[in-house]
Amino acid sequence: MTLTAVPPPSGPGPGGAGAALLEATPEFERAAARADSRRGFLLSLPAYVYLLLFFAIPFGIVVIYSVATRNTIGGTDLAGWNLDSYRRLAEPIVRDILFRSLWIAVLTTLICLVVAYPFSYFIATRTPTVRNIMLVFVMIPFWTNFLVRNYAWRVILGSDGPFAAVTEALGLGRQEILFTHSAVILGLVYGFLPFMVLPLYAAIERIDGSLIEAGRDLYASGAQTFRRVLLPLSMPGVLAGSILVFVPSLGAYVTPQILGGGKSTMLGSYIVVQFLTARNWPLGASLSFVLMTVMLTATLIYFRAGGRNL
Amino acid sequence: MMGATARPGSVTAWALSGTAWLVYAFFYAPIVLLVLFSFSDDRNVGRWGGVTLSWYEQFIDHSQLQNSLWVSIRVALLSTVISVVLGTLAALALERFRFRGQRVFDALLYLPIIIPDVTMAVMMLLFFSEGIRIAELLFGLDLTKGFTTITISHIAFNISFVSVVVRARLSGMNEQLEEAALDLYANRWRSFRYVTLPQIAPGIAGGALLALTLSLDDVVVTQFASGPGSTTLPVFVFGMIRRGVTPLINAVSVIMLAASIALVILSLATQRLRAGETGWSLGGRLRRRSD
Amino acid sequence: MPSAVPAVGLHQITKRFGDVIAVDSVDLEIADGEFFALLGPSGCGKTTTLRLIAGLEFPTTGSLRIFGDEVGTLPPNRRPVNTVFQNYALFPHMTAEENVAFGLRMRKIPKAEVEPRVRDAIALVHMEGMEQRRPDQLSGGQQQRVALARALVNSPKVLLLDEPLGALDLKLREAMQLELKALQREVGITFVFVTHDQGEALAMSDRIGVMDGGRLLQVGAPEEIYARPTNRFVADFIGHANLLDGMVTGPDRVTLTNGVTIAAPSDIQPGGRVTVSLRPEQAFLHRQGGAPEHHASVDGQVEQVTYLGNALIYRVSFQWMHIDVREENRPGGASVGAGDDVTVSWEPSSVAVVQD
Repeated sequence: MTLTAVPPPSGPGPGGAGAALLEATPEFERAAARADSRRGFLLSLPAYVYLLLFFAIPFGIVVIYSVATRNTIGGTDLAGWNLDSYRRLAEPIVRDILFRSLWIAVLTTLICLVVAYPFSYFIATRTPTVRNIMLVFVMIPFWTNFLVRNYAWRVILGSDGPFAAVTEALGLGRQEILFTHSAVILGLVYGFLPFMVLPLYAAIERIDGSLIEAGRDLYASGAQTFRRVLLPLSMPGVLAGSILVFVPSLGAYVTPQILGGGKSTMLGSYIVVQFLTARNWPLGASLSFVLMTVMLTATLIYFRAGGRNL
Repeated sequence: MMGATARPGSVTAWALSGTAWLVYAFFYAPIVLLVLFSFSDDRNVGRWGGVTLSWYEQFIDHSQLQNSLWVSIRVALLSTVISVVLGTLAALALERFRFRGQRVFDALLYLPIIIPDVTMAVMMLLFFSEGIRIAELLFGLDLTKGFTTITISHIAFNISFVSVVVRARLSGMNEQLEEAALDLYANRWRSFRYVTLPQIAPGIAGGALLALTLSLDDVVVTQFASGPGSTTLPVFVFGMIRRGVTPLINAVSVIMLAASIALVILSLATQRLRAGETGWSLGGRLRRRSD
Repeated sequence: MPSAVPAVGLHQITKRFGDVIAVDSVDLEIADGEFFALLGPSGCGKTTTLRLIAGLEFPTTGSLRIFGDEVGTLPPNRRPVNTVFQNYALFPHMTAEENVAFGLRMRKIPKAEVEPRVRDAIALVHMEGMEQRRPDQLSGGQQQRVALARALVNSPKVLLLDEPLGALDLKLREAMQLELKALQREVGITFVFVTHDQGEALAMSDRIGVMDGGRLLQVGAPEEIYARPTNRFVADFIGHANLLDGMVTGPDRVTLTNGVTIAAPSDIQPGGRVTVSLRPEQAFLHRQGGAPEHHASVDGQVEQVTYLGNALIYRVSFQWMHIDVREENRPGGASVGAGDDVTVSWEPSSVAVVQD
């Protein structure tokens, strides 16, 4: 049984040997490369145009507004460009909000780090099956509606809610932390903890377990092994997780609104207030621009630290 | 890689597993409590008063909630379809071709992921208000924000997320498969149709589920892109929460919760969660949770 | 009857990637029905040459013909050749059968014809019963067979194979070498085979083309390539060789750089700098002065003996140079040890002299 029994394949193409078939030339090679490049460009074109129209242009408008002037009736005068709204960032009220957002974000990051580290370590040291199950149960809250998860805390921390009932039962009196900074931080930790767990897990899981044993073998105590072996090796995960928690915490809006009581606790809420109630669009635009710059910087650090590979 | 390194039975081992259980309790207790209270026959949102379905009945009878639910579903479906098409094309262009302007496009595609929600929201507000003003000035059109503007803004961020997920899949795919198809008499289209597409289908499905989730969850951008008449369910509920909590909100929340958990489980099933792959997705999913 | 027109004809084929010349002015004709190996180290341009024939790259310049038809500017799907890819590139979402049928389906061959052809191709590679398996349910060797069937079912005029045995373990590789050779004889199609493994190339091919740095250095039958390398790279790359640098100082005489003059026949004019290549198994070891009359010889001292099991390698040093001599490990073989004075001899015709 051989394949020569079946009909031979068709010639080199339509027209077969009769067609004018050309030798390769550098021009042909270049034309083929150009055609390929054009195909790529055409494929990208719909998304390209869409993003230019509905992302790049809106972004340009924000930049223009940030240097525009607010007129007396709450409208915006787009003509006279100046840096007044950026100068206002130094005013005490704005500065206070900036600093408060900053320390809330830092504190949230630290709490997440302290909680997530042993947790991630625990997951990373399980058998692969257990590990995957545990990860799935981290992914579920990670992907669950953020608004609803914040709202759940509003219910729990409310004046008649379970939290107050528990503290009363424990003899601590009816504790109410709703609409305080503590509640905001609690909500942020709840919202962003998975952001810390997943990169930490990925970093710790990658460490060769025998290095830890080697540390113990060389007479290091548990704490020393942690400080001198585990922590340095998991540093990329620590950095990535910290940025992933810090960045959205800084720009948080929904959490401070729901758990912070709608006061201008944090930058995100303050920006929204500028647009919806205070009608100072240039100030809001310049704050948005500053917020985005901070995020871009943090993201660049994240990618520099190899975040893409985490 | 890591083996168990804390000695079983040691204090460290106990402390570690204790922490793990506490963290899971922290993750799930609020969700469980919320579900419980949504069935509680008590006007107070956080107190147990026997079982009732009346809050769910109220939800069904609430025409504004029903309207906004429909807006949510329509926006989510439409923005997902469009962003899946545009995002997949963009991913193909970036992973399989070299073209002029590629780096600018790559950067532009990343920005909607990185940019803070609030900034994106402000961008949409200013863009649509300027756009509407210009449309009125030049063409005498009387436009308002609503379904269309919400959908436009959701597509603007969803394209990027879809393309990130599809790109990850494409870059993990053996390019020789496409060459093999060409070698076996497929033209470019058929090579895509019969080889590339089936190979990246899980990525496209994952991207679509991600887009659906993000669209259904979004509050901040939608709030700024929607008009007084028409808005999505989360924005409407957000407004209700700010006016004061009621057991009705518990019930609506549980419905949204159920929808998003269903989507998570679907996407975990399509993505075949593997240790180590979890992280990648993370880079892409940086924003959107950051309301 | 094999065609008189070459199955593959490359004329002055050059491929540049930016500033890098991957394939440099290659001229090559592969006959109909030939089993031809392109051999060379990684990065030598052999895979690029194969991809040029397949149509996965377009040449920068030159003429590329298949059975006389110029195909240099045709896309792969319009060339009458098929490829077995390095890691087989089987479509993971299709069964073995669907993989094999793919090419016929793309060519819109009627269904009634597809089925028997697929069945024949699967039988040809002895994969009956595995039709419904997916690639991840097949072993490496089985995947290899499916890849072969997937290409051969199209009755290509030329079959291209890119390191097809590279992913298999040693035992299986040796078995597949024989099978592949037998398969080629059975189907009678021209095989062009890319490999970096000289043993594989020597064992399987009718002719070998050795490539390095984008150039085709020598083309010839395995015995010719092995015994008569025409340049230093080929001599060094194929098998083991003692490479001795020197200069032609008279008819059939070469003076090595250490001053020793040896008999080495060549056509090279006196004064030409050359490398003399001597295979270790073609050199013989004697007690000093014991060399046969008609042999060329040098005197030296055993520096080191390496035991290989079936053979021994004696490293003999003479005037700062050394020659490795291989002797089969037979009872009653030469019993010399390190430090012994010996004579190394060889048939003058067994050395190859190549110009540098």
